Amino acid sequence: MGRPGGAEVQGLGGAEVQGRGGMDLRVLGGRPGGVTALHVDDGLETRGRLVVVGNGMAGARFVEEVLERGGDEQFCITVFGDEPHGNYNRIMLSPVLAGESHEDEIVLNSHDWYADNGVTLRAGVRVERIDTAAKQVHADDGTVTPYDHLVLATGSYSFVPPMTGVRRDDGSLLPGVYGFRTIDETRAMLEATGRCRRAVVMGGGLLGLEAARALQGHGLQVELVHAMPWLMNAQLDAEAGAILKRSVESLGITVHLDVLATEVLGADSVEGVLLKDGRRLDCDLLVVAAGVRPHTDVAVRSGLEVERAIVVDDQLRTEDPDVYAIGECAQHRGEVYGLVAPAWEHAKVLADVLTGTDPDAEYTGSRTATKLKVAGVDVAVMGVSTPERDDDEFLVISEPKRGVHLSVVIRDDKLVGATLLGDTRKVAFLTQAFDRGAPLPEERIRLLVDLSDGVEEVGVAEMPADSQVCNCNGVSKGDICGAVAGGCGSVGEVMDRTRAGKGCGSCKSLVKQIVEWAADGDLAEDPAASWYVPGIPLAKPELTAAIREQDLRSVSAVFAALAPAGKEDAKSKMGLTSLLKMIWGADFIPQKDGEFINDRVHANIQRDGTFSVVPQMKGGVTTPAQLRRIADVAEKYEVPMVKVTGGQRIDLLGVRKEDLPAMWSDLGMPSGYAYGKSMRTVKTCVGSDFCRFGLGDSTQLGIDLETRFQGIEGPAKIKMAVVGCPRNCAEAYVKDVGVVAIGNGKWEVYVGGAAGATVRKGDLLATVGSPEEVTTLTGRFVQYYRENANWLERTYDFVPRVGLEAVREVLADDGLCADLDAGIQRSVDAYTDPWGQDGADPATPGQFRPALPLVALPKVPVR
Amino acid sequence: MSAPHLEAARPTTSGTELGTPATDVPGGTVAAGPGVEHVVGRLDEIPMGEGRAYVAGGVQVAVFRLRDGSLHATQAACPHAGGPLADGQTDVDVLVCPLHLLAYRWSDGAATSGAAPIRLFPVREQDGDVVVTV
Repeated sequence: MGRPGGAEVQGLGGAEVQGRGGMDLRVLGGRPGGVTALHVDDGLETRGRLVVVGNGMAGARFVEEVLERGGDEQFCITVFGDEPHGNYNRIMLSPVLAGESHEDEIVLNSHDWYADNGVTLRAGVRVERIDTAAKQVHADDGTVTPYDHLVLATGSYSFVPPMTGVRRDDGSLLPGVYGFRTIDETRAMLEATGRCRRAVVMGGGLLGLEAARALQGHGLQVELVHAMPWLMNAQLDAEAGAILKRSVESLGITVHLDVLATEVLGADSVEGVLLKDGRRLDCDLLVVAAGVRPHTDVAVRSGLEVERAIVVDDQLRTEDPDVYAIGECAQHRGEVYGLVAPAWEHAKVLADVLTGTDPDAEYTGSRTATKLKVAGVDVAVMGVSTPERDDDEFLVISEPKRGVHLSVVIRDDKLVGATLLGDTRKVAFLTQAFDRGAPLPEERIRLLVDLSDGVEEVGVAEMPADSQVCNCNGVSKGDICGAVAGGCGSVGEVMDRTRAGKGCGSCKSLVKQIVEWAADGDLAEDPAASWYVPGIPLAKPELTAAIREQDLRSVSAVFAALAPAGKEDAKSKMGLTSLLKMIWGADFIPQKDGEFINDRVHANIQRDGTFSVVPQMKGGVTTPAQLRRIADVAEKYEVPMVKVTGGQRIDLLGVRKEDLPAMWSDLGMPSGYAYGKSMRTVKTCVGSDFCRFGLGDSTQLGIDLETRFQGIEGPAKIKMAVVGCPRNCAEAYVKDVGVVAIGNGKWEVYVGGAAGATVRKGDLLATVGSPEEVTTLTGRFVQYYRENANWLERTYDFVPRVGLEAVREVLADDGLCADLDAGIQRSVDAYTDPWGQDGADPATPGQFRPALPLVALPKVPVR
Repeated sequence: MSAPHLEAARPTTSGTELGTPATDVPGGTVAAGPGVEHVVGRLDEIPMGEGRAYVAGGVQVAVFRLRDGSLHATQAACPHAGGPLADGQTDVDVLVCPLHLLAYRWSDGAATSGAAPIRLFPVREQDGDVVVTV
């Protein structure tokens, strides 16, 4: 045996028998000498005679399926196997050749297994022909075996293309030339790796690539010759094949494509191959893995119908009613499969039919999906690899440098094919979509990559029940499933019940997926999903139109006119206030009860009921005088914490509500709007004034932007940044609006960026030639977002939802832009500093009264 | 390590630490009082649709005056994390706590999310005064 240190594992049987060539051959899954199976006298046998020709992946699995259905009561089973071994996993020959698996590990059914199950295994006996009239099997050992039912599972053999010198006169292969199909061939190759130095592998399909990789792993110099223009041409398209070639070559394997070998050189053993273009490749080991051909000679000799393989119907029956064919030797509806999954499906169906478990069972074809690792590269292939019809959708992501090539073919909203090379993380979802026709995401790219949110990497079905879905509220997948089981019939109900998705909101889509999965289709359509706020049954465009038409200027007026039965809804008030402010500007009629507490008192509520105070500090630029004043105020009001914020400002935390007006007055600075669903800050870098690298005056532009758009309310908060060069010190690439100076007076404007629970680089909206154009463009984008985004929808969701192209089209339309300019100007004009306003004169009685008044507690003696 | 800048910390509500929820009054444990009526303030101190907090017989209460004219009273601190309920938003059905947006039904005090309920107190207006029974 070639494998060094190959220990004999008695449990699996290590019987040495005298092989055909006179060599000592170890029988894989063999039986210790002297043990024989007991045979019942044929004369006493009342069971039907079931004979299986072929002891490979299909034949042996079929026997297992029959036994599983209690078939040993009905049938006396005989299995013929060409190889002397028990049944082994042929798929695992590659790891055996690579030295990663021991051959004993790949045994599926040992000789003992057959004996224990009363199955007669005729291992090492080749069937020559079948007399279908007499219903007898003639084997090469001269025996004749009668049958009632015959199953052909003869599989395939390695195809050796016609080449001068590849065979000796007696028809056997020239020494040093090997197929890669059986354990014996694998053993011989393993043995040869010890003395050979250069190998040529013919065939750039799966087997060829695996052989090449394995041999290279044994230290051989390996060249791979493939007759087709790209590797794995049966499974991959040209582009993916090219990327695979790079990956294979990076392992140190030389690849020759689109060339045939015409001659094998060497008299006593192989010395090289000659290619059609005249090149000569020297080698002392030649592996032929140029495809397989179905083993049909027995069927042909027996007069059965054979085309590319043995023709069978939907019950795997040949034209003879008592002869069946399964696995790679069968041709069903014109298809011949070279994968194990269809063979196993054949085995199941035929076992159902023959045992009578389901006499009407039918096999209607397989949708083949495979996931494998070829030459160290992950590959998953299912269905078609390229579009076939005009209206097929075809999405390709190609990253040659990373060795990644992903593609999907979609027909009529169903996945009909996918190819994943180098990155198979999405295979679980795609396989489901392919097998079951599951609905596909509208954004097709999500089929292939997880956009920004890594949580979706695992399909929801595979997620463990205890995995946390909503990190804000600590809700697990199990909690969500429990809510569904407990009667919640819509995503909204589940979110209300569990509070999943009610924190930062970044998990909402995952929550939705899990609810849909848990409800398994039994889910009420949530009509409220399209409403702008839950209490008014209108989407934003219709709601906006109704507000304008009916001249509704306050939140209570909107409820009275548009809510069902005129009923107020607490959770709708904040969104309506925002929308009305946007629509009416200074003509909006404010109602404090329509505002969230933060907006009522112009500060951000903290966990202990105190507030944070953030004065405006445009562009993050301050002065010693301003800092001194902030310091004085902080001391005067005993501010528990002074903190520099991420938005380049100073936060005074832990302020009592009742102290807010006096503090604002002492600060004498405007509100920084660090609390609202509104324009927050514009971060800047030091730009061109001091920075050695600055390409534009980002500081001034940031201050100008903040001055113009200060306090403008939106569907959600809006954060901006301006940087003086692409080094991005103020993180403009991940802002709702980010501006980057790129020199020569030019500025790039990015939109839809995020660096919160979601991280997303903004999309480049446009490159413009002056700060004024930046300001105009920013105003138009912000207004378009304000008018069209859903309540609480950040730009990083909004921009991908409507599409960057749609945004660009709007901004290219002069008429629309004039409206946007007018809209944003109305809001700019309506700006007043809330601190200056309410500080002096409260908007409502008790606006700044404590909400948790002190209660006189009984005095406890201090120790 | 001492933190001198934190020495001035004085929580809004006594008995709590800096940065912790404002009260340690957990849900459901608000003791049932003897049912005594307390005048806590004037009705016109409460803006329409809003809530204000009072102390009634040593108990913190939040009183809400809805736009339909109805009054509601509840414990002032949210049983979930001590949020100031008087700062919440409300409608005829529910009160929403400002800290984590848990909603409580006015009909029985139950949380729509299944969390611990709030305690409700009888409240009425008498000659412009707000009268809470604790």
